[in-house]
Amino acid sequence: MRLTWDSNHPDGGLRATRKVAIVGVGAVSVAGIGKEEFWNGLFQPTVPGVKRIENFDPSPWLNPKELRRYDRFNQFGVAAADLAMKDAGDLGLPSESVGVFMGSGVGGLESLENQIILAQQRGYNRVTPFLVPLLMTNAGSASIAMRFELRGPCETTSTACASSNHAIANAARLIATGRCDAMLAGGQEAAITPAATAGFTNMTAISSCGISRPFDVERDGFVQAEGAGVLVLEEYEHAVSRGAHVYAIIEGAASNEDAYHITAPLPGGKGAEACMRLALDDAGISPDMVTHINAHGTSTPLNDLSESQAIYSIFGDNCPPVTSVKGTLGHALGAAGALEAIAVALTYERCLIPVTANTKSIDEDMKIDLVMDEPRDFKKGHVISNSFGFGGHNSCIVFGPAPA
Amino acid sequence: MDREEAFSRFKDCTVKVLHVEPEKVVPEATFAEDLEIDSLDLVELVMALEDEFSISVPESDLEGVDTVGKAFDLVYGKL
Repeated sequence: MRLTWDSNHPDGGLRATRKVAIVGVGAVSVAGIGKEEFWNGLFQPTVPGVKRIENFDPSPWLNPKELRRYDRFNQFGVAAADLAMKDAGDLGLPSESVGVFMGSGVGGLESLENQIILAQQRGYNRVTPFLVPLLMTNAGSASIAMRFELRGPCETTSTACASSNHAIANAARLIATGRCDAMLAGGQEAAITPAATAGFTNMTAISSCGISRPFDVERDGFVQAEGAGVLVLEEYEHAVSRGAHVYAIIEGAASNEDAYHITAPLPGGKGAEACMRLALDDAGISPDMVTHINAHGTSTPLNDLSESQAIYSIFGDNCPPVTSVKGTLGHALGAAGALEAIAVALTYERCLIPVTANTKSIDEDMKIDLVMDEPRDFKKGHVISNSFGFGGHNSCIVFGPAPA
Repeated sequence: MDREEAFSRFKDCTVKVLHVEPEKVVPEATFAEDLEIDSLDLVELVMALEDEFSISVPESDLEGVDTVGKAFDLVYGKL
């Protein structure tokens, strides 16, 4: 990871000597809750329709009193963080050197909608005193910090569907620069509410048949999903010294902005392309060292076209295998990038790239090597994971294998 | 409504809203230490009690109300 972008420096800038290891993962998604369930779920057939996590039971993580203060998105986040911390084992670090960076598109929207209905029926003096802590987006990171008594930096990023990639990237940089020794980072979302659904539907972003088929010629929009993903990131040498399992290394990341349209991507995928190139530069690698791309691949006509153009612009006819797990998971908005980062971590661990579910016939305008029909063996190298958000926010992360 | 009946309803409401054990809801119990509830919980409890007893409790009345007994007296005084 870069420390400076100084073109006058003999090496083009300073680079961090500290490496960022992924040592724990926690997934709460429609594909499953927990690492094994999530991974296995990525290989199961999907059913059309909204990807709500039916029968989610928060009671293993939160008591009835806590539940009154935790919106659904926050419940998901605490559960995912707990799973990730158990997976990481005892960090053995002072609480001041561990922080929490989470992403969320809209926070506690369900609570807000319910309280507005209540207020209109019974008056605004009946609104719960917990409304603000229920709805505020930053309750997500704060709740995790409180649970584990982590007193390092604690922030929430809200860049729509790029939120959790940005949170993970910023968290990784805090470790690389030495400010923190470990971070809990990821994203959380529970926005399958009547108003949000209407908003997405009326802007024609949602698949009319409820099928997520990224890059397919018949794709017609995304499928709403919810959940949370949390990764425990730790300074590599510290992780090794305590015998932690290292899934992969975060080698670089980048953030930029289309500055073009509030929902449509920059034509030709130029913003996404620039972001991917910046991330490769941050990692100090060239495109030929990339052996897999975990795409944003939402199944919307515009995203998938522009993302495929961005990929082709960089890799040309030497495209590494591309997959979008949104075929299976749907689009969990601010949690999507974190769930995809977990999929990447598990791809490193199991040397297997999951399929892009439901995609049968790739759009001929897309010159990418899409993993369809059957999972593919993963040749251990570097991986890019993309997330792009409404508002024109782009975020790309470059992963690498743990040093041999 | 006699005092006993009122306290029984007060207690049920408190248990339901605050998720505390019924045996802990006694007049001498303090909200902060014995029931481990904070000021936000107390506001929510008062809102529920307003509904339960069809009364109105202005925020200024809550000054110094730190035990179950004081809260009950406040409610009972408005019936």
